Amino acid sequence: MIKTKKLEFSYNNQEFFKFHDINLKKKENLLIIGKSGVGKTTLLHLLAGLLKSSSGSIELFGKNITSLSSDELDKFRKNNIGIVFQRPHFVNSLTVKENLQLAQYIANKKNNFRIESVLKNLNIFDKAYNKTNSLSQGEKQRASIAMAIINSPKLILADEPSSSLDDENCTRVIKLLKKQAREFEAQLIVITHDSRLKKHFEKSIEL
Amino acid sequence: MNIFKLSIKNIFNKPLSSTISLALLILGVGIISLLLQLNSLIKNQMNNNLKGIDMVVGAKGSPLQLILSSVYHVDSPTGNISYKEAEEISKNKMVGSSIKLLYGDNYKGFRIVGAEKKYIELYGAVFKKGNGWNKPFEVVVGSKVSKELKINLGDEFVSSHGLRENGESHDHKSFKVVGLLESSNSVIDQLIITSPTSVWNIHDDHDHLNDDEHQHNEKEITAMLIKFKSPMNIIQFPRLINEKTNLQAAVPSYEISRLFKLFGFGIETLSYLAYIIIIVSGFSLFINLFNSMNDRKYEMALIRILGGSRLQLSKMIIFESLILTISGFLLGLLFSRLGVILVSSLMEESINYDLNSFNILTDEYWLLILSVLIGLVASLIPVIQVYKMNISKILSDE
Repeated sequence: MIKTKKLEFSYNNQEFFKFHDINLKKKENLLIIGKSGVGKTTLLHLLAGLLKSSSGSIELFGKNITSLSSDELDKFRKNNIGIVFQRPHFVNSLTVKENLQLAQYIANKKNNFRIESVLKNLNIFDKAYNKTNSLSQGEKQRASIAMAIINSPKLILADEPSSSLDDENCTRVIKLLKKQAREFEAQLIVITHDSRLKKHFEKSIEL
Repeated sequence: MNIFKLSIKNIFNKPLSSTISLALLILGVGIISLLLQLNSLIKNQMNNNLKGIDMVVGAKGSPLQLILSSVYHVDSPTGNISYKEAEEISKNKMVGSSIKLLYGDNYKGFRIVGAEKKYIELYGAVFKKGNGWNKPFEVVVGSKVSKELKINLGDEFVSSHGLRENGESHDHKSFKVVGLLESSNSVIDQLIITSPTSVWNIHDDHDHLNDDEHQHNEKEITAMLIKFKSPMNIIQFPRLINEKTNLQAAVPSYEISRLFKLFGFGIETLSYLAYIIIIVSGFSLFINLFNSMNDRKYEMALIRILGGSRLQLSKMIIFESLILTISGFLLGLLFSRLGVILVSSLMEESINYDLNSFNILTDEYWLLILSVLIGLVASLIPVIQVYKMNISKILSDE
């Protein structure tokens, strides 16, 4: 259950964003599409609890996160939300496996078996002991999906996952994300300007 | 995986900048700790040799020279004094005990000292082999002398005049070794001790024609070591001798602290330099951390997104800083110990190295506190940055 109501946000009272209400039932995925500058990333950050809205409410899985303190938000995020970034980020001094172990350590969910199954599922198990900056772009993207889902989040947020990809890879990535969400029983919200993705989602909002 | 492991991985991920900060800290801590160790080693050694000696009486001259020659046997004597006058002083009721010393000859660079037998007891030296002398020209040999010259019981040797190795030989009379001493970590280890009579005899038999100073109408000694009945006398008695007689009285503890003040200045200057190096290492550490904050802003944002708290990120930075400063401290300490071994082997002559000084000195604990403090201060601003970090802004700027 994901619900937002009359969500508004302003950067230093200069830029002002007003967002459509979102209403997702269990197992429903959502595509949020819009041109650059309409506040897509802002909406994603609001949903992830990285930004505080100036008014309105966000209810995730029965919890109103707009009323949480920043420490409570950290805690909520690590238990419920996984984020796939436009550009993959890792801790560069660690290997792929160590990055995933770190993510588990932070969430207090040590489980090597889970790391193995996630990596196998994403077909990068053979890269487990590689440093992240030695991976190819595609491998990096898959590793960053692994980072997002390693702690079994209920919500996966993806920010422009297909922006720099050709049609073939675009389809591959979006199918991969949907498959991961389905297999690990998470809901997926993808934010993009890429209209190619429309056909993959039943539900979409235009900003 | 945990934060501590992450910090270690981060350090090894940037070996060059980590090594520079580390090397500076090792250098600074190493120099200070080496100075502290040598200072305490020399002080211990000097004080060890001062046990039971409150005052030294000898010929007029430099008081420091008198102490160095009669207590530490490293300088030339100030001259001789009359046995009779020394005897009078030793009978004074303020004097608890006294030992008359005669020296001026050597065997292969090691000094031959004519002394009463209680001189050996003064340093608590124990016989390894043999016994004390019974007749003139019998000698007891210190542990270092017997080791270096490979002297054994029953060996005989001829002494040379003067305190240097290549003096003129007294080859008409030879000494016989009757006792070997165990090491006592004091000056007696490097001496050859015999009865005063031996030394008088060897010089009385001299037949130098033009040698006025060796006219021994009257018996002479070189110096006399004195212990008072009461420590109070140390103020009064030396002044009495210096004013009322033509002898000189010197207080070793006073002269030695004067000597320490003299070379203490050099030590101080050098340690200021070392403290500056430590502070520079702190700056280098800070600059490394500060620069890496910008390089690592995405990964720190990532950790925060994964649910890592500001406290965990701060810990990561503080650990990185402390791991470097504490290992710098430990390696610095290690290098200072190697330095002490090196220096003491170069200065074999005057310092008998004592393994006890591998103890950590109180001042070194302060050095540890300083290192930890520098680690904390260097990570202070990066930690503040972590608390001010705007994850949303970092991620939108990509």
